[in-house]
Amino acid sequence: MITLVPKKKRDNRLLIEAGIVVTIALILILIIPWLLTDFRLSLLGRFLALSIAALGIDLIWGYTGLLSMGHGVFFALGGYLLAMYLKLQIPKDAANQLPEFMNLYGVTELPSFWQPFHDFNFTLLAILLIPTIIGGLLGYLVFRNRIRGVYFSILTQAATVVFFNFFNGQQKLFNGTNGLTDFKTILGADISTYQFTFYILTIIALMFAYALCRWLTSGRFGNLLVAIRDDENRLRFSGYNPTGFKVVVFAVSAALAAIGGAFYTIQTGRVSPQLMDIGFSIEMVIWVAAGGRGTLVGAILGTLLVNFAKSLLSEQFPEVWLFFQGALFLIVVTVLPDGVVGLRKLFYRRQQPISTYPNIDLDPEVQSEREHPSN
Amino acid sequence: MLSGLLESIFNGVSIGSVLLISALGLAIVFGLMGVINLAHGELMMLGAYTTFVVQNIFKTLPAPLFEFYIFFALIAAFIVAAAVGLVLERGVIRFLYGRPLETLLATWGVSLILQQLVRSISLGLSIAIATFSLLFFGGMWLIKRRPDFDRIRNGTIAIILPLSIAISAAVSIFLAQTYGLTITKPWFGAQNVDVTAPEWLRGGFPIGDFQLPYSRLFIMAITVICLVGIYLFLQQTNWGLRIRAVTQNRQMSACLGIPTAQVDAFTFALGSGLAGVAGCAISLLGSVGPNTGQNYVVDTFMVVVVGGVGKLAGTIIAALSIGTASYLIGSGNLATIFAPIQPVADFFTFFATTSMAKVMVFALIITFLQVRPGGIFPQKGRNVEL
Repeated sequence: MITLVPKKKRDNRLLIEAGIVVTIALILILIIPWLLTDFRLSLLGRFLALSIAALGIDLIWGYTGLLSMGHGVFFALGGYLLAMYLKLQIPKDAANQLPEFMNLYGVTELPSFWQPFHDFNFTLLAILLIPTIIGGLLGYLVFRNRIRGVYFSILTQAATVVFFNFFNGQQKLFNGTNGLTDFKTILGADISTYQFTFYILTIIALMFAYALCRWLTSGRFGNLLVAIRDDENRLRFSGYNPTGFKVVVFAVSAALAAIGGAFYTIQTGRVSPQLMDIGFSIEMVIWVAAGGRGTLVGAILGTLLVNFAKSLLSEQFPEVWLFFQGALFLIVVTVLPDGVVGLRKLFYRRQQPISTYPNIDLDPEVQSEREHPSN
Repeated sequence: MLSGLLESIFNGVSIGSVLLISALGLAIVFGLMGVINLAHGELMMLGAYTTFVVQNIFKTLPAPLFEFYIFFALIAAFIVAAAVGLVLERGVIRFLYGRPLETLLATWGVSLILQQLVRSISLGLSIAIATFSLLFFGGMWLIKRRPDFDRIRNGTIAIILPLSIAISAAVSIFLAQTYGLTITKPWFGAQNVDVTAPEWLRGGFPIGDFQLPYSRLFIMAITVICLVGIYLFLQQTNWGLRIRAVTQNRQMSACLGIPTAQVDAFTFALGSGLAGVAGCAISLLGSVGPNTGQNYVVDTFMVVVVGGVGKLAGTIIAALSIGTASYLIGSGNLATIFAPIQPVADFFTFFATTSMAKVMVFALIITFLQVRPGGIFPQKGRNVEL
């Protein structure tokens, strides 16, 4: 939706928004740790890491209308890439210079692709670039052929299964089902004493992710994304080639998922193929949907709400959680398509959407004509 | 060498026929409504559990009858899955036509609920569900008869829904506390259950030094029967004609007086019933658990994607080729064939496990879609999405 606001007023709005974001971040860093127990605080840190990934989902699904059911892959990839660096933090004088699981499977020499992960800077670069490249490549191969809609979704789901099988099957390379765990040091410092630092870093990363998504979704690029979602054919007939935009946005969201995964892994101290489970990837979508898709705040809010509900419910009644989650899917889809953020419409005067209607059945004028044929 | 080749072909076809029978229902539903039902695997799981129940019932009957329980189980599985599918279509999916992505999410929610339901269903839970349905739908039925129903609809739901949930929860908690374990004990539990094949389905038909297991042959037979049945149904009956008409052009069919809503519901029930039959078939291959459906469902989707939605033949070719490809790669046969050329053999050896074969097959599917994005038989005509 294009809103025509004078430039100066727009700048002011941006400043106010930045102020709000910084305030919330400061509250999260300075005040919340006093209010929550250590356990809840560590959960909050993890959920904030998850919401970075949720921002990526929102970008691709909420704005561009491509439902990816495979972002768990990129999330887990980010985790694995960081975990490979952490597993190589072995004291120089130790007799065994390999991660301990490799000895179990009789690996005597570090596989060549593990080698560069001795370097921290390379690892950071890899976390940013490798998922982006994989996402971009997969996206290019799929979008180039105008594969979209349900086809795209089930292909991403199949990709999840494929990556899961790959990581699950390679004991010698990635320790199979058990995944990589038991991290000791990062940059020479003991990991367990720096959990609060990771919490702060997660918040900062989330702020940057938010700013990036905000920048991408406002302005021309954002309008194009929404246009792809609402009526891709019309966009193509107007002379645009949507493929490039879709590839870019898919790659960016893959990178966001990977960053989230890296922060998640360092806080949980474990990464395993379970993160590439089909269920987990779809769960990510429901966080965004519950919060309100197509709004960045909704993605973050939904992630926090659903995950805290999950941890509370599964502590009390473990069996109920799946029922609850299933019901959440149904409710969000049928009753609350705009999620929690959409609830604010109840308090505002209903605003007529000015976008076009992709399907004639959705046009309110057609609807009302149908209901009152006499007019 | 010959028997080895025969074995490979047989195994490939037999994996393919399992894929085919599970994809058949999905393909019909997808072709008609553009809806991918993520709960399809769970409908298969329900079919498998129905087989388990029927088997247990027949165990109490005199011995010779038990040998034929599988035929009753097939029918029962079809009916149970079709009924659940009908409820699913009427209750959820029909509100979501034209929004395929939302349908995916909703059916995923349904599949989670069904999985947990199978784990924790007990007498108490089923009484609670029955009470809830009675109160809620009974109440709605009573109020629907009032002339001002449309106006008070939302308000009524807001009152009746929490009220019936509260009452049924109270009833089940009360019963659970009074009668204890007799009422709260889960029927199936989270463990896998085993279906024993009847005597005549065990063993196999010997050819050379290897056996064709009868259970696999039986599954192939069911697949062929289902295929022929579906083909005849679609080509020869009135309802089949309607289904084909709606598949080709929904709006035109509606204009010509075909009740598209009924056709949708009917087709969905039919597709779900086929999933039930597939579930009955896979229960012969190994133990059955709440997650059984998940193991099949992604492969099934791939069959639909590769086959395209235009023709049934696409589904058949896709299922058989995916089955054969995964068997050839996964069993390491290709590695043996290419043994003289060392690098190629190494390459195939790397993929020579069932799970790694999936990686390879997926790569092949993506490559195939580069050439034919719409599948083997893409939909034609002016309704095709550009």
